[in-house]
Amino acid sequence: MSAADTPKRSMRTPLGRVRNLGAAHSGTSDFWRQRITAVAMTLLMLPVIVVVMMTLGSNQAGAKVILGSLPIAVIMLLFIVASVWHMKIGMQVVIEDYIHNEKLKLISVMLNNFFSIAVALASTYAIVKLSSGV
Amino acid sequence: MVEFALPKNSKITGGKSWPKPAGATETREFRVYRWNPDDGKNPSVDTYYVDTYDCGPMVLDGLIWIKNHIDPSLTFRRSCREGVCGSCAMNIDGQNTLACTRSMHDVKDGAVKINPLPHQPVVKDLVPDLTNFYAQYASIEPWLKTTSPTPQKEWKQSHEDREKLDGLYECILCACCSTSCPSYWWNSERYLGPAALLQANRWVSDSRDEATGERLDDLEDPFRLYRCHTIMNCAKACPKGLNPAEAIAELKLKLVERQI
Repeated sequence: MSAADTPKRSMRTPLGRVRNLGAAHSGTSDFWRQRITAVAMTLLMLPVIVVVMMTLGSNQAGAKVILGSLPIAVIMLLFIVASVWHMKIGMQVVIEDYIHNEKLKLISVMLNNFFSIAVALASTYAIVKLSSGV
Repeated sequence: MVEFALPKNSKITGGKSWPKPAGATETREFRVYRWNPDDGKNPSVDTYYVDTYDCGPMVLDGLIWIKNHIDPSLTFRRSCREGVCGSCAMNIDGQNTLACTRSMHDVKDGAVKINPLPHQPVVKDLVPDLTNFYAQYASIEPWLKTTSPTPQKEWKQSHEDREKLDGLYECILCACCSTSCPSYWWNSERYLGPAALLQANRWVSDSRDEATGERLDDLEDPFRLYRCHTIMNCAKACPKGLNPAEAIAELKLKLVERQI
């Protein structure tokens, strides 16, 4: 791109453009949570695989028996929280990276939140329902 | 959305092939990006043949030889010709580096392909417009900030604290790292980029500075700092062998440290 063709060159100084609205003073929490959930998923991965393999071939009644155990239900619920949280933060990073239209970005971030909460609640409901024997 | 394709007027079309120098026994082919803001044409890639017996070994020597012997209109920045000033940063054979420290013999397989630093507006030929890059450097306020009374002599620093600046102070602001970073390509208006962030860490790590907290406050932003996804192109590109990705990770660590 030639310098003359740079879109929307304003008369604002370059430093003014860089400083723009200032620092948001946020981002560290998301960064830290992404690391915590990554570590949590690494630790939970193996137990979750074992639980899933235990339920293989069993019917709903069999799954209820397995998930009725408190430690197993807790492992599954922890995995849901960690993975959905991780997914939500990761998706938001991708949206912020590639979508530059402010309105579209806002809508996408909102939908990402809705989707993540819906996935988390649906999965949690399924586990709670099965483990409570309903 | 991010623009993945080049704008219409930036697409490379054709290019002139200059004849081989008369009487040269050994030549090296150079394919150089050309764009002139005055002729209204799209960029092109011109082909030149450098007489390697009459020319120094570095890519910059080749470019100077072309300018002196074939095409005086070829435009590029250069100054120190020894990797200190950072002026001759350009993309050589797909890698951002300094033309003065890259030997043309290290470029294997055919022609030496030279383009301006990627994803920056071009002023002419191999000269990128680095206004935004320099403004980003200015925005991190790269000077010692203190409130204590200025000592009679110098601000003192232990040997151990001085060593913490190694790997940071050597940056020559050539822009090889920032312009090799995909995250910087997509968000250079808001992401400060590896070079400015390495410099920011240089001042955050300086034991004499009394504005560490304010500096971290100004960096704590989802775009200014957290667009770094540890892609590591910066460390691969740095012609001084520095590791901006590590410097950025240190900044993130300090921000976490002050919260926990």
